[in-house]
Order: sequence, then C-alpha cells, then structure tokens
Amino acid sequence: MIKFFLMVNKQGQTRLSKYFEHVEIHKRTSLEADVIKSCLSRTKDECSFVEYKDFKLVYRQYAALFIVIGVDEAENELAVYELVHNFVEVLDKYFSRVIMFNLDKVHIILDEMILNGRIVETNKSRILAPLLVLDKMAES
Amino acid sequence: MPAVSKGDGMRGLAVFISDIRNCKSKEAEIKRINKELANIRSKFKGDKALDGYSKKKYVCKLLFIFLLGHDIDFGHMEAVNLLSSNRYTEKQIGYLFISVLVNSNSELIRLINNGIKNDLASRNPTFMNLALHCIANVGSREMAEAFTADIPKILVAGDTMDSVKQSAALCLLRLNRTSPDLVPMGEWTSRVVHLLNDQHLGVVTAATSLITTLAQKNPEEFKMSVSLAVSRLSRIVTSASTDLQDYTYYFVPAPWLSVKLLRLLQCYPPPEEGAVRGRLTECLETILNKAQEPPKSKKVQHSNAKNAVLFEAISLIIHHDSEPNLLVRACNQLGQFLQHRETNLRYLALESMCTLASSEFSHEAVKTHIETVINALKTERDVSVRQRAVDLLYAMCDRSNAQQIVAEMLNYLETADYSIREEIVLKVAILAEKYAVDYTWYVDTILNLIRIAGDYVSEEVWYRVIQIVINRDDVQGYSAKTVFEALQAPACHENLVKVGGYILGEFGNLIAGDPRSSPLIQFNLLHSKFHLCSVPTRALLLSTYIKFVNLFPEIKATIQDVLRSDSQLRNADVELQQRAVEYLRLSCIASTDILATVLEEMPPFPERESSILTKLKKKKGPGKVPDMEETKKERNSDMNGSTEPVSVNSSAVTMSTPSTSTDLLGLGLAPVLNSVAPASAGGSLLVDVFSDNSPAVASLAPTAEENFSSPRIGSADVVSDDPAAAVHDADELVNKFVCKNNGVLFENQLMQIGLKSEFRQNLGRMYIFYGNKTSTQFLSFSTAVICQDALKTHILLHLFCITKQVDPAVDGGAQVQQILNIECVSDFMEAPILNIQFRYGGALQNMSVKLPVTLNKFFQPTEMTSQDFFQRWKQLSIPQQEVQKIFKAKHPMDTEVTKAKIIGFGVALLDMVDPNPSNFTGAGVIHTKNIQVGCLLRLEPNTQAQMYRLTLRTSRETVSQRLCELLSEQF
Repeated sequence: MIKFFLMVNKQGQTRLSKYFEHVEIHKRTSLEADVIKSCLSRTKDECSFVEYKDFKLVYRQYAALFIVIGVDEAENELAVYELVHNFVEVLDKYFSRVIMFNLDKVHIILDEMILNGRIVETNKSRILAPLLVLDKMAES
Repeated sequence: MPAVSKGDGMRGLAVFISDIRNCKSKEAEIKRINKELANIRSKFKGDKALDGYSKKKYVCKLLFIFLLGHDIDFGHMEAVNLLSSNRYTEKQIGYLFISVLVNSNSELIRLINNGIKNDLASRNPTFMNLALHCIANVGSREMAEAFTADIPKILVAGDTMDSVKQSAALCLLRLNRTSPDLVPMGEWTSRVVHLLNDQHLGVVTAATSLITTLAQKNPEEFKMSVSLAVSRLSRIVTSASTDLQDYTYYFVPAPWLSVKLLRLLQCYPPPEEGAVRGRLTECLETILNKAQEPPKSKKVQHSNAKNAVLFEAISLIIHHDSEPNLLVRACNQLGQFLQHRETNLRYLALESMCTLASSEFSHEAVKTHIETVINALKTERDVSVRQRAVDLLYAMCDRSNAQQIVAEMLNYLETADYSIREEIVLKVAILAEKYAVDYTWYVDTILNLIRIAGDYVSEEVWYRVIQIVINRDDVQGYSAKTVFEALQAPACHENLVKVGGYILGEFGNLIAGDPRSSPLIQFNLLHSKFHLCSVPTRALLLSTYIKFVNLFPEIKATIQDVLRSDSQLRNADVELQQRAVEYLRLSCIASTDILATVLEEMPPFPERESSILTKLKKKKGPGKVPDMEETKKERNSDMNGSTEPVSVNSSAVTMSTPSTSTDLLGLGLAPVLNSVAPASAGGSLLVDVFSDNSPAVASLAPTAEENFSSPRIGSADVVSDDPAAAVHDADELVNKFVCKNNGVLFENQLMQIGLKSEFRQNLGRMYIFYGNKTSTQFLSFSTAVICQDALKTHILLHLFCITKQVDPAVDGGAQVQQILNIECVSDFMEAPILNIQFRYGGALQNMSVKLPVTLNKFFQPTEMTSQDFFQRWKQLSIPQQEVQKIFKAKHPMDTEVTKAKIIGFGVALLDMVDPNPSNFTGAGVIHTKNIQVGCLLRLEPNTQAQMYRLTLRTSRETVSQRLCELLSEQF
C-alpha cells in the first residue's frame, strides 16, 4: 500500500503531505526531512526508487518540485512512478499556476486518486468531477 | 475547465502563505505562525459568529500551519460544525480538516460520527463520498462500530453511483484493516467479487484492492475471484489501445488496474481449471510479446506504464513457478532490461531476477547473465543498483560459480560504499561457507574479508570461522599456518588478532614443529599485538596464553612472567586482572594432567544454522533473502549436512551462539570455561578434576561473587519447609504463570507471596508482595534473586534483575512490596530463583521459589496475513527451527479458553490463517537485548483423541524448544 504522499520543493519545504497511516506530528517533520534528504541528494543517473527503512520511496522531479511517495513491498514501483505523473497531469489540467494557495483543492484531487493508501481512480475527468461540482456551486 | 489562478479564492490565506515564505529564519516563521494562531483563536472564541467563508479561510490556514509541522490543538469544534453544514464548500473543508488533522484515537470521532451518518443517509452522492473518504482516511474503531453494517450494503446496492461504490470499497478495506473483527463476511462477499465484472473500470480498480486484501485473509472465500480477474485482465490486455478511453494511459490500456489484477492473482496458486489457466497463460504471453513490439509512443510514460504491467506479470510468473517456458522468457526479458539505458529498469530487472534465481526452472537461465551483473557491480553509478547486483549475485550463486562470485564480491568490497559493506561481508562469508569444497579456500576467504573490511566483519563471521575450523580436523593445521602468516603484517585488524589468538590457542601445536613458528615465536607474535587491542581481545589473548601453558610447557615460565607483571595482575580492568590472577594461579598449582583436562581442546560445536545467515535475514527483513536452503536443495553443500552429529556439550552450546559483545567474552573465555562453567552451574567436571582442591575452584570463578553465593538450600535451620521441594513445586507454579502475569506465587503457614508483573519488549517489572501471615514480626528479612543461566555464561546475567531491597523487619500481618526490574539479555531456559530468608521465632527460615519469568514474557504479538504467515513459516524450514510436541489434553478442550491462553502466552492470535478453522495459529517476536526472535506457532487440537499437536518455528532452536515446553504445559 501507499504509506504517504509528499510534495516538497528544492529547499526541502513540504508543500503537501498526506499520510495513509497515522504518524505522530513530531515524527512527520523528521521523517519528511529524512526522506527529502535522501531524494534531493540523488543525481539524474540514479534510479527513482530508494530503499528507506522498511519501505521504498518512489520519487519524481518536476522542475523545483519533488513528489515522493512511500510504498510498501506490495506496490509496483513503476505503476506508482506513473501515478505521480498522472497526478501532475491532473493538477496541470485544473490549475493554471501556484497550487499552494489551493491546498484544499489539491487534497480533494488526492482523495479522489488515492484512498486508504490504494489507487482508487486514474481517469482524469472523473478525478476532477467533484471539484467541478464545487466550482459550479461557488459560481452560483 | 476553469483555470484557477493565484489569489483566486482566499486572499487572506495567500497573504499568510507569502508571509511565511518570505520569513528569513525559523524564528521569524515561528513568530509569524504564533501570531496567526492567536488571531485565529481569538476569531473562533469571539462573540461574533463567523460566516462560512471566514471559517473556511481559517481552517485552511490551520491546515497550512499543520503542514509546516506545528500541532494544532484547537479549531476542531469549528471543523465539526463545518462538517455538519449543508453547504458543500463548508462541509468539504470540515471533512478535510478532520481527515488531515484528527488521528483515529481522538474523542472528536464520536462527534463527527453523527455528521457522517447523516451524510451517508443523504443519498446525495457528493456528500456520501465525503463521508466515505473520511471513514477511509480516519477509520477508527468507533467508526467501524458505527458503520460496518451500512458500508457493505452501500457497496453492493444496485442503485449506488459508481463513484460512491469506489469510495465504499476502499472504506470497507480500511475498516477491515483497523477492526477486522467487526467486519463480517457474509452474503455480500460474492457480490463484491462480481464487481470485477463491473462495466466501470474505476469500480473494478477499487474492488480489486478490496478483494486482494480480503483474499489474503480468506483465500477460500474469494477463490472465485481468480477466474473473474483472469477474464477481466484478458479483456484489457487484448483491447485496442483506444478501447478503454479515459483509462488508457499513453496508449497503455488501464495499466494500474492490470497491475492490481496481476497482484490479486498472486494471492493464489496457478488456476486449476484448464480453461482459466490457458487464458491466463495467453494473457501473460501477450504481455511478454508486447514488450518486444515497437513502442506506440516515444514518451517515457508509455514505456513506464507498459513495463509496470510487464514487471507485475513477471512477478506472477515467478510466483506460480510452474511454466518453464514463461519463466525462461521472463528471464530473457529481464536480461534485456539489465542493459537498458534507464536506470529504473536496470534496478527493477536486477530485483526481479533475484527472485527468479530461486526457481529451479530458471536458475540456469539467470546464471547466464553473470557477466552483465558483475559488470553492473563495477560500473553502476547508483549505490542502490549496485546493492541489487550484489543481491542477485548472491542469489544466483551455486557451486559452479561460487569461486568467481566470491572473488568479485571481495574485489568490489575494496571500494564498496560504506553503507553496504557489512552486508557484503555477511554474504561473502555465507557463500564461502556454503559452497566451500576446499576449506582452505574458505579460511583464506574469511581472512581476506578481515583484511579488506575488518571493521565490517561482525562477530558472527569470525565466530563462524572458528566453529568451522574446530569442527574440521583437515583444515586446522592450514588455518594455524595461515593466521600465523597473516599476523606477521605490522598492522593487522583486531578481528584478525582474535581469530589468530583463538586458533593458535587451540591448534598452535600443529605448526610448532617448524622452527619459524616455534612456540615462543607464536607467543611473542601474539603478545606484540596485545597492547594495541581492546579489553575483550586482551581477555581472549590471556585465555590463549593459558592454553599455551598446556600446549607448550617449555614456554610456561615466559607466560607466567607476563601474567605476573603488574600490567596484568594489577590491571585496572577487573576482568583482565581476574583472568591474570586465576590463570597464573592455575598454571602454578595444577598438575600437567589437570591442566590437560581443564585446557583441553574445544569439543566440536553442534551443527546448526549459521548465525551469519540469521543475521543477514534479520538485516534484510524476512522474504528478502532467497531461502537457498529450501529452493536449491540439490545444490546444497555438505557443510551443515554431512558432518556427523556431535554430542551436545553444555558449554559448547553457550559458545556456539555468539551474537554480542558479551558473548564475545564468553567465546574469549571458552578455552577455560569449557570446564569451569559446568562446575559453577552445579558442579560436574571441574569438581571431579579438582576433587580435594576446592580453593582452586573458588579462585577460578572469574565473575562477581554474587553469582556464586548459591542458595543455601537444605540448610538445617529450615523448620517448616523443605526448600528443595519448594523449588520443585515452583515449577508447577511457573507453569501456572506462563499465560498470566498476576496471582499468588507461593503460600505456606507463615507467608504468602503475591505477584504482579508487566512486560514490554525485553524489559519487565515485577512487583512482589510478601505477606506475613503470622502475628509475629519477621526479623532479618532478606531476599535475593539468582539467575541460573547466568552461571553458565559467566559474563552477563541472561536475565538482568535489579531488586530494591526490602525493610529487614516485617510486622505480623503486614505486607511489604518489592520491585524487581528485569532485562532479558538473550534467550534463556531457567527461571530465576527467588531466595527468601528471615528469622521467625528465633529460627532461620529459608525458602526458594522459582520466579515465573519465562521466555514468552518477552513476546510482542505480531499481526500478519495468512500469506505472510505461510511465507515465513516456509522460510523457517530447517529441521532445528521447528519443534513439535504431541500431548494429551490436561484440561477440557474449550476453544475460548485455548484462545485466551494463546493470547496470554504473548503471541497474536491469528484468525482465519489456518485453512482448518479449528486450528490455532499465532505469531510474535521475542525481544531480548541482543536479538529478536520471530516465532510462529500452530496448535492443532484433536477433540476425539483429546490430544494436541503443537508446532513452533523460530529462527533459534533453543527458543523453539523452550517455548514449546512452556506452552505445551498449558492445555
């Protein structure tokens, strides 16, 4: 299963975090710092999967943004790697720019894609459907 | 599509986030955050009712603050209110707050359950989804209690919207994860399985996740899913790349769903039904074929998605391990990837090939890639890829290529990353032992290991080389010669000094005929290293010296001089000083015969699983080390097999399980302890040897004296009790406490001893209550705890007990309490003895009771799925790891009582793991300071015969045995 989902910038600041297993808040910060360190220090030649403690990190870089997913051994690394891209494409489709100011909406998107640590929907238009409902309500 | 841009929505939030981003220091950030928190708090507490928009804005700010790592301790009530709102925007933000910030133990759950209930009943799919997402994210026990009845209904109801079904499936999965006991299996299960046929692929995706998890727990009940999954997979695989519309990702039809279906199929053996099996084989072939077709797109997303499916298909092929044709094709495919320019693919190919290597059908095919893998080890720029290459070399190693692989690994070790050196050392040590035809090669390899990476050679490795040298006559002379030569190097690693010291102490005589390695030269060589070594090594060398006194009487005087020097006799280290004093004394007073007996050559070690293998397994976690014992039986070496069984010598058992620095001392002492240990444990060998020489016995004891103040059992002063009987009876008492922690331990006319104890991991605390049942005061009341096993190892109490002394006077009718802190250092057999002494009416009372501190007290239960259980069960398949006992029921065979006892024993009771529902299975980990031992148990009652069969598997023979003894007394 997927254990956590992190969006981090190059400075190592967490931009979005979502945990699918409960982690104490003080442990989150150190875990995030650790995870980010192990991904940021890697070069392009190195592979996108990092063994970290008893799970694996799958990460992908988009300009200054890193997306890191922690998974256990029951996940397929490449499938998760492409899940990241699918997620980014959904964001691209919906937002024109800075997602930070729309944290709540990113969470909605993530909730549509991953629930309880499992991939639940991969179809972009269906992922965005609830957000569109929301936007319609806001307009009226 | 509305394009949302900066500033859209909440301005205040944007300003706040910009402020934080512009903070120059951590302090400034914290200051800004505290200001904002104060502001929000006052807004929430203020009289003015906030409108929905403001509430939403503030909750968003709180979320952002939480994200930065600050705990949020307010705002929850506002979130609950938002959640109950009828406006979707407010409700959504309320749910978001709860699911991000609230952990499953919060009391708030009760408050939100009501809101969730309303939303679930609302029939508004958007609201229902929010509620279901919340349950899936939080999933507390309270939620499980409130909703387990509703969710299956929602999931299988005909009129439920697709998106709601998806959420409901994952929601049910969550509840099953947190509270499996509350989620009833029932008529809905077969309908869930049929969701695999749903026309909506989103629903199928969600349902596959749910079914996979449930099928791991109840394979029988979900067996039907196999054929449905195969036909669904087949439809996807054969569909044109545009058929599945939005579920096609870069021309790959439904890649994530395909991966999930292939995972689901890995819960089962190959389908029995011919048609299904044929169809599946076709699917797998199609997937393998597609890998050879030209790509439909140059985009990396296309090849990644395609390969995700391909790797999962290969996993399934390996899991089934039944179609030689597919296995070889899979191997060839992975071989192509080994040379691919994408690092990710090379990494995954190495990883996947590692499991393929253990299949008998494809082992040979994997071996053909050896050069590529060795090359990867040399040229890969990513340490994690090199690590995979090491793993694969290890997995593909057999007798035919062992020399090459070991040589390559040794080569690589010189430049290997520090992070993986220790593991490579372990692997080299294991392979060298396993595939050694010629043991001189083995000895050379290990000495090379110490030379190249001495710091990474753990104790297990050098203990093992000693065990092997001691057990094999043919290699002893060679070893002595080789270590002697290796020690000539001006700077050699301390581990080499240890091995050298030990081996020369045992077999130095075999090379003493050569004038270049005469006794004196051997001694001087070792002693030249002495002062550079740490205390444990020096202690070992002192033992070597006393062994030399026996081997080479001609240098006795030289050695005595060394022992007599102030730097030894008056060494600040108590252990060294004591050894020097005792060895010196021994060398002076003992006759040659006695010396020869005491310092006899070490007896062979009992054959057992290499402790190195255990260590590697522990390091890599279960499942990661391909179990070569099992899968490659035909290629198994004779190392562990052919040597004739040796009689088990009690001291040898202690020595042969070295795993820590304390045991290291034990090994260091071995030459002498060989005979000392049994004596102190109750006296056999040494007492015979010394018969009339008891002062020598006392002075030989190298540990602190309290270990030797043996209980004064049988003292004439005892009036009311025969203490020997008390100790004996206590065995029954110990059994009584195996599955429980509190109760009355002991009672006679004078006193009652009550117990309360608690254990956590390797630590325990025991409260002992001594009640004076008489009306007279007990005087000089004192207690002592004696650990028997401690006497055997000499170095450290296996159970490390610290007692706080009690008041020496106990009034009539009064009760005093004593606290005992217990640390389990390594596994042990004997329970400690509590010795109590006091004066009652002028007579000295003395009694001894066994304390119910048993190995099982240090269990931590482990929950696992049926699949995990059997996988681990299989891994522990070496005969010594399993202990089985068949015994007659002593009590009525009541399922509930049995369950309670198994739980009381300390393991997790695993429901639905065993295919036979009347059997019990359990799993747990024994925690000791030195090691952790995983343990699986299975209890099979036979009510007709009134018998039980109990099987225990752990990685340690002694643990399996002890646990079996303990538990079998309970039923």
